[in-house]
Formats: sequence, structure tokens, C-alpha cells
Amino acid sequence: MVLLAERMEHVRSAAINFLVPAGAAFDPPGKLGVATVLADLITRGAGDRDSRQLSLALDNLGVDRDESVGAVNMRFWGSTLSRNAPAALDIFADVIRRPHLPEDELEPVQALALQDIQSLEDAPQQKVMVELRRRYYPSPLSKDRRGRAEDIEGLSADDVRRQYRRLFRPNGAILSVAGNIDWDRLKAQVERLFGDWPTGEAVEVVPAPHTPASAHVHKDTEQTQVSLAFPSAPIGHPDYYAARAGVGVLSGGMSSRLFTEVREKRGLCYSVYAFHETFKDRGTLIAYAGTRAKRAQETLDVTVGELRRLKDGVTDDEIDRVKAGLKSSLIMQEESTSARAGAIATDWYYLGRVRSFDEIQAAIDALTPAGILGYLDRYPVRDLTLVTLGPEPLTMPE
Amino acid sequence: MPFHTHTLPNGLQLIGETSPSARSAALGFFVRTGSRDETPDVAGVSHFLEHMMFKGTPRRTALDVNLDFDRIGASYNAYTSEENTVYYAAVLPEYLPRAVDILADILRPSLRTEDFDTEKQVILEEIGMYEDQPGWAAGDHARRIYYAGHPLGNSVLGSKESVTALARDQMHAYFARRYSPTNIVVSAAGNFEWDGFVQLIAAACSKWEPGEAGRTNRTEWGGVGGLHVLTREKVQQEHVMFMAGGPPADSPLRYAADTLALAVGDDSGSRLYWALVDPGLAESADCSYHENDGSGCAYASYSCEPDQVAGNLEIVRKVLADVQRGSITEDELRQAKSKIASRVVRGSERPMGRMQAIASAWTYTGEYRDVDTELANFDAVTLADVRAYLDRYPIDKTTVIAFGPVAKLEGVEGKVV
Repeated sequence: MVLLAERMEHVRSAAINFLVPAGAAFDPPGKLGVATVLADLITRGAGDRDSRQLSLALDNLGVDRDESVGAVNMRFWGSTLSRNAPAALDIFADVIRRPHLPEDELEPVQALALQDIQSLEDAPQQKVMVELRRRYYPSPLSKDRRGRAEDIEGLSADDVRRQYRRLFRPNGAILSVAGNIDWDRLKAQVERLFGDWPTGEAVEVVPAPHTPASAHVHKDTEQTQVSLAFPSAPIGHPDYYAARAGVGVLSGGMSSRLFTEVREKRGLCYSVYAFHETFKDRGTLIAYAGTRAKRAQETLDVTVGELRRLKDGVTDDEIDRVKAGLKSSLIMQEESTSARAGAIATDWYYLGRVRSFDEIQAAIDALTPAGILGYLDRYPVRDLTLVTLGPEPLTMPE
Repeated sequence: MPFHTHTLPNGLQLIGETSPSARSAALGFFVRTGSRDETPDVAGVSHFLEHMMFKGTPRRTALDVNLDFDRIGASYNAYTSEENTVYYAAVLPEYLPRAVDILADILRPSLRTEDFDTEKQVILEEIGMYEDQPGWAAGDHARRIYYAGHPLGNSVLGSKESVTALARDQMHAYFARRYSPTNIVVSAAGNFEWDGFVQLIAAACSKWEPGEAGRTNRTEWGGVGGLHVLTREKVQQEHVMFMAGGPPADSPLRYAADTLALAVGDDSGSRLYWALVDPGLAESADCSYHENDGSGCAYASYSCEPDQVAGNLEIVRKVLADVQRGSITEDELRQAKSKIASRVVRGSERPMGRMQAIASAWTYTGEYRDVDTELANFDAVTLADVRAYLDRYPIDKTTVIAFGPVAKLEGVEGKVV
């Protein structure tokens, strides 16, 4: 287990961020959704406290917290006043190392997990992204945290406990803390809490061979949801910053190309954007637009047109705006303990180190239009996976 | 933190809290106008106008506005509520003069007809987008029903019909009436120098002509009561909302109302959490206090599978009745306060958070409250204060609105929407 900490003297709070490689990708066949069930059950009693006592103890410390399941990692996040952070960390250690995983709480947890699946039907913007990732990514990266209803219904407490025993171990786990903290005391506390945690067998995410597939999912909605995905450079790759800059040109601020062409000039939609997402072995550029059905084809045509047009060149003014935006968010991130705790853990997970402010600043300063074009040579905009959700299917423009 | 205030001769108020250790500066124009200030023939104009403010001025085209913001790497946006329209930007300190120049400029927009026609399509898309989100649609219906004829029930977005019918000149008349400098507060927080800031704003905004921008209906409102069932078959989950009266934003009881709402319906460890979410009966449950100008509101809600709706309705009624009769315990009060303290402190660490907090306090109460004052105000809440709040605004005297697939509830036939 790795402990990372960043001292922020100007704040009165601290954020705790714990990553354990126990995400949805590790859900065994026939038990899709077990990670989500585990993430809920794990806080229902741990160490000397039952479910209510645990919740009460954290509330008394003013800890806002969240357990979330990503594709690869399960994340435990908590934030409170820095003077309460050590006591909160004691409780987090109980949750991670000594959960009760009580059998009598399983049924309500299953009921909540099933409702989570149901309510996706009422959230078309989220649903289209689930449908896109399911078709674009290879297994097991394609798995959605919500799992499958019939699998969740069939889970036993032993299934959940088995998943916990298989995946909760110090190897691969990352604990990060940012805020007004004392490093020596924190280190000693974490040694005490986790020093004797026995290591286990390493688990790997091994993507299976896969060909992405486009699809239309029918739904009787006002708007058609349009989502697109295609390969980009992962973090750590020499093209990574150029890839991020490319997304910035497309979707960085309100003067970026997608917002300007799709929304501002044509009024085709309220929401249109693109973003970059990364796994260790692959990066992906994802684009989204939501628009009323009769204008959906034009929205798709213009959006795809902008993606393809990127290779025709980027202006100096555009790259300067992208740099200004990246630099600004880099500096403002230093005002948020949660953002910093998240960023240092993410860096360590992907890169095995934490990038310094100066390193990122230098990479941003070095961005050029030519760098983006070089990246696009290596990651051309083609083989787009298109997934739509709404009343009518759309046609990918030639 | 040093607090400053200044009023220009035309009535524009400036407030600021300077914090030299901050990495950024945040700036906002708070206009005291929203859907409650609209007449039915211009329903949705406040929000549509908020969009149009980014569409250019005599000095800037729409694209120029976006380009200029992006050139300084600003985090900027705007939002419209029932009673406020807010334009804001957070920037690195060296760019504050340029942010002032852009924001002050767009607050006097051209409202060109061509831009108006294009942006109308965007608004109609936004209405379509929210129509597809039952949680949002439920809330909009609930406010309309609860507030009956009171203007706080007006929809922020308006309807497809009202927005379609809106003309550019109607919007301009609304703008001229509501965006008087006497109706705007400029707020800044973070790393900036006050005197220089006052000069920038004075140079940019002194020519704004003052006018009369009042607010007519500020009466307190406690709802129409009853159970109202709205049926939309294609939705999966049922959304149920309980609305009750609450203290207005300038009432000292607001601290008790906020604290009690947290004890009743925070997303962890609250009465509703243990009653509904922990046992898996509802996917989510919530209670919150909404401070409004003249008439606050306490709001409890849950969403669940259709077959759990009736049972959950009984449970929530019992929770609210128990709280009304027996209040909360000392322990619950302490837990709620400790959560609030943590949230107030964390929310204040970014200039953007402070800029909004001081503007909100100033707009509603004319007071400046620094973080420690706000913490002390919450810390001072006693069970006697909670009792006084409940006696004045019974939390179980509710109007209940159910929205979703359920066709009939407790004998009430659903109205198809």
C-alpha cells in the first residue's frame, strides 16, 4: 500500500482518498454488480461498530463521504476539518480491513442496487454513456458498475465476502491525504493502521480481444442522445498532453469548436461536449450531444465534421486559449483538498509517481498546433463508435 | 478576512472579501430577478435573458464574449433561479481586470434579433432535455402546485409555448426594468486589491441608468395542502415530494431550519436515511430548507419503485409527525451541527465559494458574515430554537406531490402529465 500526502497550509480541512483495485472489471461472470453491492455493504458495520454506530461516529466528526465503484478501482472518499481527519482515518481503516459484511443487511443493499439499475432508465444522458462504453471497450473494461439485475438478485453474502477477500489487500492500494496535515503523525498512524495488512495475490485487468460496435437503442424520449468514442493516447504516453489539448480545442471553453459550431451558430442543442478518458493501456476521446429528434442527424453531422476537421489545423489563438484554461485549472486545483487528494492518487495509480506542478506547467507551455497535428497522425479520427438513444436511429456521415 | 463595501452613485452595490493567500479571484454580478418576477406572458424570460447576455454587446459579438473569457482561462457561467440571476467568473489574480471588463460589458447586452432566434432553439432544447429527466420535471410540477398562484411557483425555464411565443422586444422591456444598477450586487472574493477593484467597476458601470426594480409579491406562503398525483407512465421510478412552509431568508430561524433539515434528511445518518434508504425501501431520500425572499420552504422527498410508494408515504408522514411532536435529540442536533461546520469550512476554501456566500447573505439580509460568524451562528442553534421554528412552521403541515408511473394513490386518481 502506498501513502501519499500533500500539505496545504492555507486550509482548515483535509480530504482522504482511498483507491483499492476492486472495481467492476473484477466482477466474476454471473455476479455482475457484486462490486457495487460490496461498496454499500462494507460500510454497514466494521471493527467494533455496527452500521448505525459507524455512521454516527463519522457524522460526529463531520465527515462527508462517498464510496464509488469505477471500472478498475473502488474509491473511498472522505472530507472533514483537518483536526478530525486522524479519527476519520481510524474508521476508514476499520471499513477497509475489518468490515462485518452482515448477511441481514444484504437484502436492502440488493434492493438499492436494483433501483440503481431501474433509475438509469430515467436518466437518458447517463444511459447512453453506459451503452457506449459497453460496446466500445473490451471486456472487462466494458463492465458497468450497476451490473445485471438477475446477477444481483442471486448474490449471497458469501459471494460478497469472497469478492472482498479476493480483492482487498495492500498491494495496489493507494491512500492519499491532502490538506492541513502533519506528515510525521500521519505516517506513523498509517503504519499502525495498515503496517500489518497481509499482502495477497496481485490481480490484473486483462482486456479481451474486441471489435467496437455502433448501435441505436430505442427509447421514447424528447431528445436523442448521441455519443461517440474513438482511440486516443493514454496518460503517460508522449502524445498525452497533445491529446488533452486536442480535446481542449474541441471542447475546452465556450469558444471551443463544438460549442461554437453546434450550439452557438446553429442552436442545435443545449449540451454538447467532448472529453478524454484514460485507462493504463488506452486513452479514449468521447463526444456527446443531446438534441430533439428532428435535429439529431444534423447535430451528428456537424459534430463528426468538427472532429474530422481537427486535422486540417489548429490556430495559435486556439492553442493559447487551451493553455490558459489548463494553466488556470492547474493553479485553482491547489485551492481544493479533494481535488488534490484525487489528483495525487490518480497520478500514482497511472504513472507510479506524482507529477510536480512545474512538470505539468512545462508540458502545457510546450503545447503547439504542430504537436496536436502530430498526435492526430498517430491517432487519426476514424473508426468512430456511434451509440444513440432515442426515437430514431441516425446515419454516420460519410 | 477584511470585508469591504461601496455603492456607486447610480445605486450599484459592491462587496468584497480579500484573501491574499488565495490562488484565484472570483467575481459575480448578482441580479435580484428570476422567474418570480415574471408575468405569465413572459414566462421563462429571466432564464432566456441569462443566455442572451452572452450573445454580445456593441463592443463584442457572441463569439468575442466566449473568446475573451477563454483567453484568460476563466471558469465562468451563469444561472437563473426563482429569484436570482447570477453571472460569475473565477480567474487567476492577474486577469481580474479583464474579467471585470467582460462581465460588466455583457451586463449591457445588444439582444440582437438574429441571436435571439438562434438561442430560442437552444432554450427549447434545454426544456426538452429536462423533460427527459423525471426528477427535474417532478420538482417543477411540485413547486407549481405547492405555490398555487404565488409567483415562487413560476417555472424557471418557462414552457415550450411561452418561450416560443416570446418576442425580442418583450425581453428587452424586461431587461430594462429588472437590470437596474439598484437591483444588482457585485461581489468579489479571493486574491485581489479592493481599491483597484472599485475603480474598475466604477469605470465600467457608472453610466448604467438607475430605475425602479421592485418585487411585488413577497407574502409568506404555506402551500395548498393535500395529496396531488401526477402520472407519467413511461417513467420507471416514482418521485414524491413533501413541501411545507419555512422561514424567509432574512429570518434568524433559518439556522434552526437548516440544521433540522440536515438531521431529518441528510444523505447519511438522518431520520429519512434510516427509515427509507438503509432498509432499501427508497433509492434516495432527502430533506432540505430553501431560503427564499419573503417565504422559505422545507422540502422532503424520496424516489422509489412504484410498489413501495404507498408504504413509504406512510413512513415519511410518521417521520415528519414525530419530528413535529418530539423535535430531534441533543445528539442529532450535535451531529447536524458538526456536519454543517465541516461543510461551511470546506465550502469557504475556494474564492468562488466565498464570493457566492457573501453575496447571498448581503442580498437577502444586508449583512456581511465571515466564516467564523457563520460557524458561530450555526453553533448557537439550540433545541429551543428548533422548537420555535417548528411551532411557527410545522414541518408536517405538508403539500404532497407524487410524480411517476403510479396511476392512483390513497384513492387519489393520477392526473396524466
